[in-house]
Amino acid sequence: MTHYFDIVLRSIFLENLPLSFFLGMCTFIAISKHVKAAIGLGAAVLFIQVITVPINNLIYTYLLKAGALAWAGQPDLDLSFLGLLTYIAIIAAVVQILEMVIDRFLPALYNTLGIFLPLLTVNCAIFAGTLFMVERDYTFGESVAYGFGSGAGFFLAVVVLAGIRERLEYADPPAGLRGLGLTFVTVGLMAMAFMGLAGMEM
Amino acid sequence: MAETNLELLTRSIFKRNPIALLVLGICSSLAVTGQMNTALVMSICVTLVTAFSSMTISIVRHQIPNSVRIGLQIIVAATLVILVDQLLKAYFFSLSKQLSIYVGLIITNCILMGRAEGFAMSNPPIPSFIDGIANGLGYGFILMTVAFVRELIGSGSLFGVEILPLTTNGGWYMRNGMLVLPASAFFLIAVIIWILRSIDSSQQEKE
Repeated sequence: MTHYFDIVLRSIFLENLPLSFFLGMCTFIAISKHVKAAIGLGAAVLFIQVITVPINNLIYTYLLKAGALAWAGQPDLDLSFLGLLTYIAIIAAVVQILEMVIDRFLPALYNTLGIFLPLLTVNCAIFAGTLFMVERDYTFGESVAYGFGSGAGFFLAVVVLAGIRERLEYADPPAGLRGLGLTFVTVGLMAMAFMGLAGMEM
Repeated sequence: MAETNLELLTRSIFKRNPIALLVLGICSSLAVTGQMNTALVMSICVTLVTAFSSMTISIVRHQIPNSVRIGLQIIVAATLVILVDQLLKAYFFSLSKQLSIYVGLIITNCILMGRAEGFAMSNPPIPSFIDGIANGLGYGFILMTVAFVRELIGSGSLFGVEILPLTTNGGWYMRNGMLVLPASAFFLIAVIIWILRSIDSSQQEKE
């Protein structure tokens, strides 16, 4: 049990996707002007990570990995080169289905997440979650923990950044630095702060 | 066509840089800029993939039904990235290990989707190809600038060759550890944006 807990904490704080690996930056920076929108985006990412990482884990273990097709009588087949294509298709499909399901059954949630859902297909953080899972050879249980942890890490980072940016509205920076430039500096400082957690051992 | 091919090419490098102005494709630009080597390989990969995916999508743009275009664009991109990934693994194995998952992440690089959606869907193949190359170069320009500063000041070398002799090797240059940290790329990009926007004030954001 502590092993799973360790993966969750590690992926939230030590290996935070946006702040330690710089993934999902485009959406991270574009949709962090207001805390409310940031919460919606963060929740959508968390939601999709928890679903897509385990699904891709199953696909990898039972279809793509070298020797994975032994159950179908093809023990020599190694389809792992098809990985990238398969994962992205799965992510796109899950996002699409999720959007329809939420729209049909949970209209209130749909109104909050609505516009962010289709965007997330091309969010590198989602895709990277899957790729890291494959690279580290997680088991199914570990992949659930990792999906949750990495999603929660994104949620935390984007909400904190939005909070800081709302405050920065009142600042008076040089004209060329206003907006994007200042956001980059803020994210840089946040990333350094998160690096301070790197020495933490569980 | 109002713009000549040359204008198309230069426009995306400085005036409409995908990273500095359009805020696209920042993800990978930060993580691979610790060394000139990885930055160069990454820029070449992105330039090639963007150019060919823009061209492919532009060729089939009249056949694509509107409702599935995003899915198709991703599949075109993913196929090209698999090609690049397999080539790197076959001929430059150590580099492909260093870039780890970032080659795969070219698929979700927003520059690719942005150009496919914003340019290739409404323009013929040749301008789309050039637009793809130009955006790749614009991306590479920022990547190489950041990597140049980071590697020179952070490790005293360029492309792995020692330029400033380090104190650890009996030289005079004390390496600046801060620029080895990935976080420093944020500050460098902020400075580049600041410079570009000070030169061209039309890019500045309003209060």
